[in-house]
Amino acid sequence: MSVANYAKDIWQVMSTTFEGMSITLSHLVRRPMTIQYPDKIPVPIQETLPHRYRGILEVDLDICTGCLACERDCPITCITIGIDMNKETKVRQFTHFDIDVCKCMYCGLCSEACPTGAIRHSQEFEGASYNPAGLVRHFAPQLQNLYKPKKGGETDPTLVAKVDIGQKYLDEFATPDGGAAADES
Amino acid sequence: MQAYLDQMIRDGAFAGVPKEVVYAVAMVLAAFVVLSAFVAPLAGVTSWLERRVWARMQSRVGPNRVGPQGILQWLADGIKNLLKEDLIPADADSKLFSFAPYVVFMGFLCTFVVIPFGADLIVADLNIGILYILAVTSLVVVGILMAGWASNNKWSLLGGMRSAAQIVSYEIPAGLAILTIIFLAGTMSMQGIIKAQGWVPWDWYLFHSPFTLGAFFLYFTAALAEGNRTPFDIPEAESELVAGYVTEYSGMRFLFFFFAEWGNLYVIGAVATTLFLGGWQVPPIFENPVLLGIAQFVTFFLKAYLWVFVAMWVRATLPRVRVDQLMALCWKYMVPLSFTCLLGTIGLMFVPAQGQTIIKAITFGFALATAINFFRRVVFQVRNARPELYFKPQI
Repeated sequence: MSVANYAKDIWQVMSTTFEGMSITLSHLVRRPMTIQYPDKIPVPIQETLPHRYRGILEVDLDICTGCLACERDCPITCITIGIDMNKETKVRQFTHFDIDVCKCMYCGLCSEACPTGAIRHSQEFEGASYNPAGLVRHFAPQLQNLYKPKKGGETDPTLVAKVDIGQKYLDEFATPDGGAAADES
Repeated sequence: MQAYLDQMIRDGAFAGVPKEVVYAVAMVLAAFVVLSAFVAPLAGVTSWLERRVWARMQSRVGPNRVGPQGILQWLADGIKNLLKEDLIPADADSKLFSFAPYVVFMGFLCTFVVIPFGADLIVADLNIGILYILAVTSLVVVGILMAGWASNNKWSLLGGMRSAAQIVSYEIPAGLAILTIIFLAGTMSMQGIIKAQGWVPWDWYLFHSPFTLGAFFLYFTAALAEGNRTPFDIPEAESELVAGYVTEYSGMRFLFFFFAEWGNLYVIGAVATTLFLGGWQVPPIFENPVLLGIAQFVTFFLKAYLWVFVAMWVRATLPRVRVDQLMALCWKYMVPLSFTCLLGTIGLMFVPAQGQTIIKAITFGFALATAINFFRRVVFQVRNARPELYFKPQI
């Protein structure tokens, strides 16, 4: 090891440390990259997700016809629907409509099969629970009548809005081609 | 402090209790006050601040949940560790295993006896002060080796052996760097060394000559290595040795090692401040003795804490060195360089007073130019990257 190399080594240690420390100090005045989920963020993460994001399933029972297409389509049977006839009024009613989010694999087959767009993926993804039973979503807490599409279109204004939302979902997001047909038309 | 005690004994404040008993009680009380009121919060806050500074240097946020900006994080960590199970492995040498953290802790805490926080604020101004610090910090290596051996674990043992090799090696350049200042000051007493310096930066030993400037950086590097700090933290190198000598420790015993490590950072800064940065010297503008004492304490604390910050900064910058690189750095570079500094300082002591002033001015000018150049590089880095700037400390 020559004297020149020895001096060069010392110089390199000093100059590279000097440069490196200037870089780290400059980082001290930069804004951190961290997104402080779940609070201290300008908008909730759910609102920043893309529209076709397949989050936890939600069901609008007011426009559910009870056709059981989703239950039959589900590859892992995480949807269980119970329908019963009311003995007095002779109207069919939901006894339960449960989706086990634990099992759901977010394939989206149920929402594509739904004729009214009642079952659909939301932007919600936070499913923390203390036990698996807490992850079962009960959409029919009490008996509820099935929806019957009226001939010539819906008249009840609250239902019209819901039907429109479901139809929009079907047109834009629940088609196998990703809503390409809806975009073209 | 002894002077006050003697005065109180003469005034009959302790009603004829033997002098030795008063001294013993005072020593225990002083140790308790220093430990609980100063060292524990200091080490804790340092651990939080280190994580925050380190995070910001890596474009992260760091702990900011417990208390305002996470400042109580250290309390949460302490409580968590107190409540954890104190596990002693079945095959470990249980007596040594339990005792080792206290040896490490004692080696660090004993240094606070001679750290001068002010002209009067010192537990004992030993006339061999700096030698005493060198001696008690060597206890740390005994504790670490004890922990490594008693754990009965190959990672622990390797960590302990590495630590022994490292600390023993790096004590030589550190001791030689300290020796330059002992030669200049003509005393080993901490107060004596501070009194030999002035309050203006060019009266500090740091800028006394190029050799003392070099000795300062040699001392700081060697002290980082002695304190097992990154880039010299090979005894606990996570990527190689799991956690080195602390692998088998849990709960409060585990915390004691890190308590000692973070507290030791402050000791490094305090020794560097005492030897090179003029200690508690303040401008002679304070008439009130209480105000003077506070000013001296604040000056000393800030100067020492600056070097704690630099240690964090170095940790965020430099990667860990290999074992052979560590030894090469010590024996091939730092030991010869510290000898050069020592001999150079001795040689310059023959230069007459006028020549000394010129050397001082040149050294100070060089250091100032380096600092300015450094901050120009920092500004260049900031401009070059065009980042989103955020100057506030809180986020």
